Amino acid sequence: MATGQTESTRAGLQPRSRWVERYIGIRRALVKNPNMALGFGILVVISFFTIFAGSVDRYDPLELNPSDRLMAPGAKHWFGTDTTGRDIYSRTLHGGRVSLLVGFSVAVLTVGAGMIIGLVSGYDRKADMVIQRFMDALMSFPTLLLALALIAMLGSSINNVIIVITVVDTPRMVRIVRSQVLSLREFQFVEAARAIGAPTWRVLLQHVAPNTFAPVIVQATFVFASAVLVEAGLSFLGLGIPPDQPSWGNILALGRTFLQTAVWVAFFPGLVLTITVLAINLVGDGLRDALDPKLARRA
Amino acid sequence: MLPYIARRVVLAVPVFLAVSLITFSIMQLAPGDPAAILLGGDYLLFATEEDIAEARAALGVDRPAVVQYLDWFTGFFRGDLGTSLFTGKSVGELISTRIEPTVSMILMGIFLAIVLGIPMGILAAWKANTWIDRVVMVFAVIGFAMPGFWLAFNLIWLFSVVLGWFPVFGSTQFSHGIPEFLRHLTLPAISIGTSLMALNARMTRSSVLEVLKDDFIRTARAKGLVERVVLFRHAFRAASMPIVTIVGLSFAGAVTGATLTEVVFAIPGMGRLFVGAVTDRDFPVIQGLMMIFAGAYVFINLAVDIVYAYLDPRVRY
Repeated sequence: MATGQTESTRAGLQPRSRWVERYIGIRRALVKNPNMALGFGILVVISFFTIFAGSVDRYDPLELNPSDRLMAPGAKHWFGTDTTGRDIYSRTLHGGRVSLLVGFSVAVLTVGAGMIIGLVSGYDRKADMVIQRFMDALMSFPTLLLALALIAMLGSSINNVIIVITVVDTPRMVRIVRSQVLSLREFQFVEAARAIGAPTWRVLLQHVAPNTFAPVIVQATFVFASAVLVEAGLSFLGLGIPPDQPSWGNILALGRTFLQTAVWVAFFPGLVLTITVLAINLVGDGLRDALDPKLARRA
Repeated sequence: MLPYIARRVVLAVPVFLAVSLITFSIMQLAPGDPAAILLGGDYLLFATEEDIAEARAALGVDRPAVVQYLDWFTGFFRGDLGTSLFTGKSVGELISTRIEPTVSMILMGIFLAIVLGIPMGILAAWKANTWIDRVVMVFAVIGFAMPGFWLAFNLIWLFSVVLGWFPVFGSTQFSHGIPEFLRHLTLPAISIGTSLMALNARMTRSSVLEVLKDDFIRTARAKGLVERVVLFRHAFRAASMPIVTIVGLSFAGAVTGATLTEVVFAIPGMGRLFVGAVTDRDFPVIQGLMMIFAGAYVFINLAVDIVYAYLDPRVRY
């Protein structure tokens, strides 16, 4: 049944059936692409441990335990403890919650903002001129410096960190959506929709937007990964997530001070962060291969 | 060629204007009174209405925003970047003493990324699907996922604390002798360069891999050329276009890396000046540095585009 439907719509003007094909494509890719399966597996494990951090942690991440301070990794504290005796393993799990929440929120918001601005920019030539110059300008600032300047303006909190990283990552998403729109608008199904008198917003939302899906979702995974890294950078500098709330970045910030005596304070959280970003990138590469054969050749 | 360059320069002007507008707006939209930062704690405790009005007049923030913008933007071309609210020194002077460590770190990092990353990519493409290729790709994937400042921690721990080969922090000036200068520069440059190196290796591999399938490579091999010549003369030259672009873009990544690395190694560079200015909300310094970095980025990409057009005449549309 499903394949029959696929065949019939494939012959039609609008390639809607790609949704089904994509699902099958992703499933097949997971089987065929062991790297992507590995990344996916790691992400599932890390998400489980961070989401249920409250159940799988061994200590309260905020609990001070001065008699155990700066204890090396061992049976009692798997990842060791910091200067105030807080358990690094528990802090890493709870910190992951914040870091992954930031990454995920930024990815979702970037897709939203990128879609809206990209659709307008790709469709309206006059707006495009102005929008593109501003997007180029935003991309001229080094990522972290723009994020820091915006933090100086807004102040540091989880919400502001999410907003700031979204602003930084949106221009690249806009560029991708825009280039898709520019090629899609020449297709017959768009012309047909316009010919039967569909209003512009309807043409954009119902006919153009769904077909930009593949590169957008691939870019979203890379935005996720880069957002986790930028959050770590901001919090490491003491200007991201406030220190009373553990995040991978601010755990690392504390680790800098004790590098010479207690290297584990920074080592394990950084390792988990690296593995997470690695896993997201592997999934992103796999998705790109599965969804966008044209891009895959360039991988 | 000349008309192309002229057109490309004209296109960069509105981008630079947008850069200045964004930079200026960030300060205008920031809550709080710049006079408060200038007067410090006295603002709330002792300052009278007149003191505040006087401080605002001295800073020029009592004028309309448009006038302030024009004054600030034209000042950029006169070499006047304004005065730091926090230290009272001129922003230009603050920045000029901190250029050397940052620029040497960025150049060294990009240099490492090029001389190691590109050969790795060529090698991986040449030996595609062998263990050599896999090792390079594993490095590329890990190197790209690792935060540079965390890598810096591990390098300091291994090479400075355990082995004692390199200093734990700080930098020295070039004029104090090259060996000592390089000894201080090595670990920071590796911290900045690793992710760029990974990116270069990956881009070079895929770019060369694609070219290796082409007919002219088969021809080159068929006429009996040595593999080395095929690889470097034919394949790499044809594949070098996307690589030039990536190297141009890596400047922005290197600045981000340098900022974090300067904090890790306690190096008094432009990145740490920026972080300090953000903490103190010293907006003239933030603005000055943002304009310099974004201006450099616009300029470098302009140069890359011109090099690109020079290498490949088809680009000169």
